[in-house]
Amino acid sequence: MTVTDTATRSSASAAADGVGVSAPRPDGVPKVDGSFVYSSDEYHDGSLWGVTLRSPHPRARILAIDTSQAAGVDGVRCVLTHEDVPGSKLFGMNTYDQPVLAFDEVRYQGEPVAVVAATHPEIARRACELIVVDYEELVPVTNPEIALSGQVEGLPQGGLVRHVRIRHGDVDEARATAEVTVKGRYEMGTQDPAFLGPESGLAVPLGDGGVELYVSTQDLHRDQRQVADCLDLPLDRVRLVLSGVGGAFGGKEDLNVHIHACMLALSTGRPVRMVYGREESFFGHVHRHPAIADVELGATRSGRLVFTRVRLVLDGGAYTSTSQVVIANGCYFAAGAYDVDNVEIDGYATYTNNPPCGAMRGFGAVQSCYAIESAMDRLAAALGMHPLELRMRNAISEGDLLPTGQPVDGPAPVQEILSYLRDLPLPADSDHTTGDMRARPGGVGNVTRGEGIRRGVGYALGMKAIGFSGGKDDTCTARVTVWIRDGEPVAEVHCAAPEIGQGVVTLQAQIVRTELGVRTVELRDSDTDIAESGASSASRQSWMTAGAVVGACALVRDEILERAAAVLGSPAAGLSLDGTEIHDCDGRPVLSVAELLGPESVSHAYTYSHRVTEPVDPERGQGDAHIAFAYAAHRATVDVDVDLGLVRVVEMATAQDVGTAMNPLAVEGQIEGGTVQGLGLAVMEELQFSDGRIVNPSFTDYLIPTMLDVPPMPMKIFEFPHPDSPYGLNGVGEPPNLSSTPAILNALRDATGLELPRAPVRPSDLVIELGGRANRRASARPLQA
Amino acid sequence: METSLASAPMLRPSTWPDALQSRAEHPDAAPICGGTDLMVDINFGRSRPAALLDLTSVEGLDSWELIDDGSTVRVGAGVSFTTIVEELSHLCPALAQAARTVGSPQIRNRGTVAGNLATASPAGDAHPALLACWAQVEVESLRRPRLIEIDDFFVGPKSSALASDELIRAVRVPAATGPQQFAKVGPRNAMVIATASFALNLDVAGRRVGTGIGSAGPTPLRARQAEQMLEETLIDRWDSPGAVADDVIRRFGALAGEAASPIDDVRGSAEYRRHALAVLARRCLSWTLADLPGASARQVARS
Ligand SMILES: Cc1cc2nc3c(=O)[nH]c(=O)nc-3n(C[C@H](O)[C@H](O)[C@H](O)COP(=O)(O)OP(=O)(O)OC[C@H]3O[C@@H](n4cnc5c(N)ncnc54)[C@H](O)[C@@H]3O)c2cc1C
Repeated sequence: MTVTDTATRSSASAAADGVGVSAPRPDGVPKVDGSFVYSSDEYHDGSLWGVTLRSPHPRARILAIDTSQAAGVDGVRCVLTHEDVPGSKLFGMNTYDQPVLAFDEVRYQGEPVAVVAATHPEIARRACELIVVDYEELVPVTNPEIALSGQVEGLPQGGLVRHVRIRHGDVDEARATAEVTVKGRYEMGTQDPAFLGPESGLAVPLGDGGVELYVSTQDLHRDQRQVADCLDLPLDRVRLVLSGVGGAFGGKEDLNVHIHACMLALSTGRPVRMVYGREESFFGHVHRHPAIADVELGATRSGRLVFTRVRLVLDGGAYTSTSQVVIANGCYFAAGAYDVDNVEIDGYATYTNNPPCGAMRGFGAVQSCYAIESAMDRLAAALGMHPLELRMRNAISEGDLLPTGQPVDGPAPVQEILSYLRDLPLPADSDHTTGDMRARPGGVGNVTRGEGIRRGVGYALGMKAIGFSGGKDDTCTARVTVWIRDGEPVAEVHCAAPEIGQGVVTLQAQIVRTELGVRTVELRDSDTDIAESGASSASRQSWMTAGAVVGACALVRDEILERAAAVLGSPAAGLSLDGTEIHDCDGRPVLSVAELLGPESVSHAYTYSHRVTEPVDPERGQGDAHIAFAYAAHRATVDVDVDLGLVRVVEMATAQDVGTAMNPLAVEGQIEGGTVQGLGLAVMEELQFSDGRIVNPSFTDYLIPTMLDVPPMPMKIFEFPHPDSPYGLNGVGEPPNLSSTPAILNALRDATGLELPRAPVRPSDLVIELGGRANRRASARPLQA
Repeated sequence: METSLASAPMLRPSTWPDALQSRAEHPDAAPICGGTDLMVDINFGRSRPAALLDLTSVEGLDSWELIDDGSTVRVGAGVSFTTIVEELSHLCPALAQAARTVGSPQIRNRGTVAGNLATASPAGDAHPALLACWAQVEVESLRRPRLIEIDDFFVGPKSSALASDELIRAVRVPAATGPQQFAKVGPRNAMVIATASFALNLDVAGRRVGTGIGSAGPTPLRARQAEQMLEETLIDRWDSPGAVADDVIRRFGALAGEAASPIDDVRGSAEYRRHALAVLARRCLSWTLADLPGASARQVARS
C-alpha cells in the first residue's frame, strides 16, 4: 500500500511507455508465471553438475588433499584442486587475494577447497564427501578489535585492510565551544543480502579452447577479466552472458561459481551447471560488514552542531573483496547529511577469519548512517529538542562543504524531505483489543490484545554518493540499431548492463521510445560482446546506461536525418524524427523511415562517461571524490510489546529526491524494497557466528521480513533534476536502505526508553523487565516539536 | 532441484492396509505427508531416505470426524493445517489457533499434525495444544493398532514413542468444553519457528486445566504445577468464576515459566524464553477466564 505523490513532469517526455511513465517490465509477467529463465534454470544437453567442497573450519592449515577416492566414483568426471587452476591462483574485485581453490591455509568457514563434476549433482555431492583434506586447525581471529590491535599473527597486512582518515576543521578547538556533547557506541550485526535466486551458472567449453559462461552477476566485464586471468585465457576466449538474476544487492559482485564451472567445463570438455543450495549460498557470497561505531557530537545549546567525531570499524572478514572501498564510503558519509565545520573520522576495515564481507546495498553508508542517526537522537534528547528539529537545523544544503572538502553540488533538498515527514499526519492509534491480530506485535502468534503495547516514533536522514567515487571513473557503452521489419521501424539495444531486478531493461526501451519514437524496442542479451557497462551497483546503472543509450540514439537519429536530408535535398537541421516518419520544419511528414531505410539498418554505439572524480588524500581525506549525492529520510512508527519484546512496524513514511522519476512504479519499488531491507536489519536480519562459524545459514533462522512485517509506506518522491545526468535522474536504489534502519531504532528507543545500542534489535533487548536497568536511556525528551 | 530422490522409489498406497504393508516391507522408506519437514531435511542433506512412502493418496486419511458421541474429534493424519483452521476452530480452538501460526499459507496447505508429531520437534506448534487437550495419538503397524497418550508421546528432542514400523493414523482431540488459547512468540510476525509457545485449555465439563509449553525444553512440556494451582483456585468456581485475583494470574505465569527447561540458542536465550512463557501464560489465562461463562468483565485485557 503506497501513497505516491509525484510532481508533474513535462509532457514532452511522456511518450507512450517512454521516459517518466510507469512502463511495464518486460520480465514482469514471466517472473510471476514461472517462465523466466534464472541462472539456476540454465540447461544444456549433456551437461554435468559441478559441486564445491568447502572448508568446515574458519582457519586451518591444509596439509594434504587426497582426491583419489572421489575421482574413482562412478559418474564422476573430474575432481579439481588449486593445483589445477591454470592461471592466477588468486582472484578478487580490486585486489587478487582470494584463492580460486584454497592452498596452504583456509581462512574462513566455507572457503572452496575442491570442485567435482559428475553426471548427477547427488553423485558429485557424495564424491565431495570422499575427498580427504588433512587440516591442521588453527585458532581463528574473529574479533575485529583484536585483529586491529596488531597483536595477532597470520592475518594479511597485520589485520588492517585500510585506515581512512578524514580531517575537516579542528575538532579539538571546536570542543571548547560545544555546550552540549554526547557520546555513543553503536554496533551492527552482519546482514546477508538474502537474495532468493542462489548463485548459479552454466559453463560451455568452446571449440577454440575458450569458454562461454551463462551466469547471474552484477558486472559481466569485471567477472570476465578475473575469469580469464585465472584460466590463463585471453579475454576474447572468455565470453560471459548474463543469465536471469534472482536478486543481488551487492552479493553478486564477487565471483562465485564462475571460475569453478569454467575449469570443470574445460577439463571435461562438457558443459557444466552449478547451482548453490540455500545453505551453501550463505557461504557463497559476501555479507554486509558488521560494524562498531563510536560517535561523539558537540553542539551549541541552540542545537547547532559544532563538531562530529566518528570512529568506524568494519570487519571485512577473510579476504579483501571491496572492503577498502566500503570503509571509504562509510567514512565519507559518517557525519551524516549535516553541515558541520569540524569533523574527524577514522575508519578501519579489518581482516579476520570471519566470512568475507563486501558490497551490499548502501555500501558502508548504511552502517555509518545508523551510527550518526542514533547519535543525533541522543543529542536531541540531551538538548531537549525534537529530533526532527535538530536535523532540520543542521541539514546540509547546496554549497555546504562535506567533510572531504567537496562542496555539495546538485540539488540537496533535505529541508523539503524533512518537512514532508514533519507535516505528514501520524498514523492513527490502533485498537488492539478488537482489530486484526496481524496488525499487532507478534502478529498471528496471538500474543497480545493490547497488553504491554507502547507506540514510538523515530526519524532518520541519510545521504550517500551515487556512482563510483574517488577517482574510479567508469564508463557505459550501448549500441542502438534501427531497421525495418514488416514495414515498421524496430530498435534493438545492446548493453552489458546487468538487470538485477532494478528495471534497467525497462528503462532502456523507455529511453529509445522517447528519443527515437520507435515503438518496438528489443533488447539483446547482456554479454561481453559489447564494451563494458560497469556494475549494477552504487545506484549508478540507470544514470550510466541512460547516458549511453541517449548517446547512441542521438547518433542513430543524426544518421537517419542526414540520410533523409540527402534524399529530400533539404538540410538535416530542419528535419525531425518521430519513429515512423521524418518531419520537415513545419512538422509535416515528408518521408517514412521504412521507405528511407529499406533493407538497411542504422547502428551506433556510444560510450558515456560521468564527470571526473579524484581520490581523497590519505592524510586528511580531502578531495572532490563524488559525481552526485542522493538523500532520503524515514519516519518510522512502531508498536512494541514491552513485556515480550515484539515489534510491529506500523508505518514507514519516507521521502526521497530522485532527480527525475524515469519509471515512477520502478522508483516506488526500489524505495519500498530498500525500506523493507532496512526494516529487516533493524528487527530481525542477522547472520550469527560462533567462533567464526555461521550458526544460522538458512531461511529457517536467518529471518527476512514477510508481508505481515511490512507496513504501509506513504512516500513522497521529489524530483529536483540533477544538472549533470541524463534527464536529470539520480540514483534511487540505495538511499532508502540507509535511513530505514535507524528510523526504526529511534522509534523503538522512543517507545521503550531503552538505549538499544545494537542492531538488529532482538526481542530480549526490548523487554523492559529483562534489559531495562543497564539499557535505560540517559534522559527522556519531549515528543512533540 | 535434483536430489537422491531422482532415483529413489516412491511407494504410493491407496488404502490404509496397503500403507501398513508397505511400511513393514520397506523399513527404510520415509513416510511423507505434506513433505514440509522431510523435503527440507532432504534438501539440507540431513536425510537421504532410500524410498518415500507417500501417504497422500491413502483413502480417508485427509478427513476428520466426531467420535465418542461427539465428544472427541478424530483428525486424520493427512488433514492439513488449513483444514484445521477452517473447519475445527470451534471444536478445537487451541489446535486451530496453533495451526494458524504455522508457516505460511502454502505450508499450512500441505503440512499435517501427523507430520508435526512424527518430527516431534520441541518447537512443533501443534504439540502444546495437543498436550493442553490431553490428545491421543492413534498409531498402527501390521502388528497392532494402539493409542499413545500425548504425555507419553514425546520422549526426547525430535524423538517420539512411534515405533519404526508404525504409522500415525489419526489424532484424537477431545472437543472443547470451555475456552482455550494458544500463543506463540517469535521474532517475526508470521512464518516463524516458536521461540516459546503456550497453550491453555479450561475444560469446564471435566473441571480440569490443561497446559502445553513449546520450544522451551528438550520436548514439549506440561506446566503441571500451574494446572494444579489453577484447578485448586477454580475448584468451586467453574460455573461462576467471578474475578480471579491478579496474584493468581501472576503465580500461574510464574509456574508456567518454572515448568520450562529452556536453553540458549540462535532463536533466543533461556532467560527470555522463561520470561516470555510467564507472560504468555498470564495473558492466555486472563483471556480464557474472561471467556468463561459468568466471568467478571474486569478480567478482560490485563497483562
Ligand atoms: C517454511 C516452513 C515453515 C514452517 N513453519 C512451521 C511452524 O510455524 N510451526 C511448526 O510447527 N512447523 C513448521 N514447519 C514444519 C512443518 O511444516 C510441520 O512440522 C508440519 O506439521 C509437517 O507436516 P508434513 O505433513 O509436511 O510432514 P512431512 O514432512 O511429510 O513428514 C514429517 C516427518 O513425519 C513423518 N511422517 C509423516 N506422516 C507420517 C505418518 N502418518 N506416520 C508416521 N510418520 C509420518 C515423515 O517421515 C517425516 O519424518 C515449517 C516448515 C516449513 C518448510
